[in-house]
Amino acid sequence: MYTILKKEILNPTVTKMVIQAPNVAKRAKAGQFIILRVDEQGERIPLTIADADPETGEVSIIYQIVGKTTMALNQKQEGEALQDFVGPLGQPSEIEGERVCVIGGGVGCAIAYPTAKAFHHAGSEVSTIVGFRNQDLVILEDEFKEVSDHYYLMSDDGSVGEKGLVTNKLEELIQNGVQFDKVIAIGPVIMMKFVCEVTKKYNIPTVVSMNPIMIDGTGMCGGCRLKVGDEIKFACVDGPDFDGHLVDFDEAMSRNRAYASFEKHERDEFCNLLNQEVH
Amino acid sequence: MPNMSPKKVEMPVQEPEVRIQNFEEVAIGYTPEMAKEEAERCLHCAHKPCVQGCPVNVNIPDFIQQVKEGDLEEAYRIISLTSSLPAVCGRVCPQESQCEKYCVRGIKTEAVAIGRLERFVADTHRKENDAPLERPISNGHKVAVVGAGPAGLTAAGDLAKMGYEVTVFEALHVAGGVLMYGIPEFRLPKEIVQAEIKHLEELGVDIVTNFVVGRSDTIDSLIDDGFEAIFIGSGAGLPNFMNMPGENLKGVYSANEFLTRINLMKAYVPGSPTPIQNPKRTVVIGGGNVAMDAARCARRLGSEVHIVYRRSLEELPARKEEVEHAMEEGIIFDLLCNPVQVIGDEEGWVKQVECVRMELGEPDASGRRRPIEIANSNFLIDADCMIMAIGTSPNPLIRHTTQGLEVNRRGCLIVDDQEMTSREGIYAGGDAVTGAATVISAMGAGKKGAQSIDAYIKARSNS
Ligand SMILES: Cc1cc2nc3c(=O)[nH]c(=O)nc-3n(C[C@H](O)[C@H](O)[C@H](O)COP(=O)(O)OP(=O)(O)OC[C@H]3O[C@@H](n4cnc5c(N)ncnc54)[C@H](O)[C@@H]3O)c2cc1C
Ligand SMILES: Cc1cc2nc3c(=O)[nH]c(=O)nc-3n(C[C@H](O)[C@H](O)[C@H](O)COP(=O)(O)OP(=O)(O)OC[C@H]3O[C@@H](n4cnc5c(N)ncnc54)[C@H](O)[C@@H]3O)c2cc1C
Ligand code: SF4
Ligand code: SF4
Ligand code: FES
Ligand SMILES: [Mg+2]
Repeated sequence: MYTILKKEILNPTVTKMVIQAPNVAKRAKAGQFIILRVDEQGERIPLTIADADPETGEVSIIYQIVGKTTMALNQKQEGEALQDFVGPLGQPSEIEGERVCVIGGGVGCAIAYPTAKAFHHAGSEVSTIVGFRNQDLVILEDEFKEVSDHYYLMSDDGSVGEKGLVTNKLEELIQNGVQFDKVIAIGPVIMMKFVCEVTKKYNIPTVVSMNPIMIDGTGMCGGCRLKVGDEIKFACVDGPDFDGHLVDFDEAMSRNRAYASFEKHERDEFCNLLNQEVH
Repeated sequence: MPNMSPKKVEMPVQEPEVRIQNFEEVAIGYTPEMAKEEAERCLHCAHKPCVQGCPVNVNIPDFIQQVKEGDLEEAYRIISLTSSLPAVCGRVCPQESQCEKYCVRGIKTEAVAIGRLERFVADTHRKENDAPLERPISNGHKVAVVGAGPAGLTAAGDLAKMGYEVTVFEALHVAGGVLMYGIPEFRLPKEIVQAEIKHLEELGVDIVTNFVVGRSDTIDSLIDDGFEAIFIGSGAGLPNFMNMPGENLKGVYSANEFLTRINLMKAYVPGSPTPIQNPKRTVVIGGGNVAMDAARCARRLGSEVHIVYRRSLEELPARKEEVEHAMEEGIIFDLLCNPVQVIGDEEGWVKQVECVRMELGEPDASGRRRPIEIANSNFLIDADCMIMAIGTSPNPLIRHTTQGLEVNRRGCLIVDDQEMTSREGIYAGGDAVTGAATVISAMGAGKKGAQSIDAYIKARSNS
């Protein structure tokens, strides 16, 4: 079992947990993820390693509450334990580039943060563009500022930062003459797709972090497969980072929705259960 | 006077109409009377032809003799001398191409039901005499095992019995390998696998789950941590696809994914948080055990099921019993066909599978007649689910993260006749070495690996 050392609510739908998991912390690198099960009947879900300390064996995860398993996870309190927690999985991000732009969308910021931090520590000049729907959803602002040379905050409704999309800011920077060696985009698939459309125009190498549905995370099931150029890749072992100019985003979006009706049903059931407990 | 009946005593089974509604075991098992009657069919041949057909040389005539005499504990002891998973092998060995193939009774009539008797002996032992095992005295030497499938578990058990301190590192959240995630409950109840694993723990084997060797830590750092030898039993779990158009549509699964969702994650149990599609019409590609298991699972989810296989019934590589059971369960065999593409609907789901008809030509390298496409014979099968069961390869993770481990063209680890890899002190066996094979051969490799590791460590500590 893997003890929850700390639980911190970052915004109404996003929570951070620090887990005791020395086998994961020992070798974790930016861009890698874990797979957890909340309890004995639980499903296996992947979450990015937001931070890891090999000395203390502590691993941080930041998750958005979107469905049954993340709801169940969020029911757990400090001092309780998770059934399973395995990693680090996937390939570490390649941390190369003198001047890079890290783009995070929504909870994707949780995944983008360790990458921005790694670039910062490697001596790159880091511009960070983060986007949220509104003010209430902003996460990791201080953390990003600490590792970014430039930090741009965007919101859909203008309630915080600048009103607009991350792609608006990216294009603006490029047009103002900022030259990026590399763009790293992490967030909803649709956002990554649009970032890539911009960077393709300007020929800027772009890395995206894909989030297909996974089970084992070791290359055994093939459920996480993606079309990248002419090849089929398993995101859990070949990724999750890929060349954004080669990824078939439409197919990836479609595959991510494979269980949408099941998930909705499970979510509703879980909400009902919680409501019954409250009343 | 032996029982000269030409037929095996029939195995009681759940009726097909009933069993396609549940995931409980299909074959119910012999009663003591049935076992005795079947045992009487064995002639106790002095030259023991059946034994040579068994990859671990179970002393078949002697254990069957004990069944005749009613001493089932002694029968169990005899089997255990060479096999560590009798309840498993009695159920899943392809007996018709192994032990039973060489049985003299099989020349003119049906062979003695060796597998069924083995299962009976092991099940009786588990129900009536399953005392905890005693932990052997430690010899102070540490050995690591990678992978908790039949190869790794057997190596671990044998080494622990010799006094080694064994740690098994398993990537998944439970031990058992294919026995847990691949082979379905209705063929191999998971409780039986877990009973075997409990015995290993009684012997002092430390099973560390959620540990992916190559990621959580490397082989080389395990050696640095003081493990004097390593046995790799990481299996052949990487699914193959055909790379045909439409293979990434929703509703197309590898057999590994489909079976893992069902067996490991129990997606068929109502309320399970792991989803599985509820297919109406499923096409399974392939003709091995994996294809049969996937097809029969889909059937139990309420689907009509077609097996598409490019050769004919005779060449089907699956166990005979599995093919018969699948047919009884109403699974449709579309033989001498091969898929060429998958056609999707507007929402990205499988809608149809386009197949082409095949005919058999000259025998190929494997001795089987090679299937050849018949021109212009394409046709469509309506389906909302398709399962690819066309084989698996060894996962490259370990060889990519370990220097100096040699592999062959197919990615299988190369070992010498002592099961040692190209790296001293690192041994390997099972599907990781042979490619997808059988439980009993993986178990045999685990036994041999354990003996070689013992000899290796003894030689080292004496010098
Ligand atoms: C490599 C990787 C890293 C990720 N990192 C993070 C992270 O740091 N923070 C975070 O909030 N989310 C992350 N995710 C997404 C997270 O795994 C899903 O949000 C979670 O599985 C949803 O589970 P649920 O049961 O609560 O929701 P559900 O209602 O079951 O699903 C909601 C949506 O989540 C996705 N999803 C469902 N099951 C899985 C699964 N087994 N694997 C992957 N996606 C699934 C589907 O697109 C689905 O439509 C990551 C995904 C991947 C693949
Ligand atoms: C669906 C199906 C049905 C089958 N039916 C039959 C049958 O009826 N009869 C028969 O004889 N055979 C059958 N087989 C074949 C048989 O199951 C295999 O040959 C046998 O399980 C191989 O044993 P193994 O120990 O080599 O590998 P596996 O059983 O594959 O076990 C390997 C283990 O290693 C773990 N692992 C892999 N990589 C790592 C890593 N890097 N770190 C840590 N752990 C790792 C895996 O998670 C797994 O638990 C079937 C196979 C399948 C898939
Ligand atoms: S282990 Fe398998 S092959 Fe050997 S005797 Fe038993 S059933 Fe036959
Ligand atoms: S060959 Fe058949 S009859 Fe002879 S000993 Fe073996 S099982 Fe018995
Ligand atoms: S999650 Fe199973 S292969 Fe990637
Ligand atoms: Mg879920």
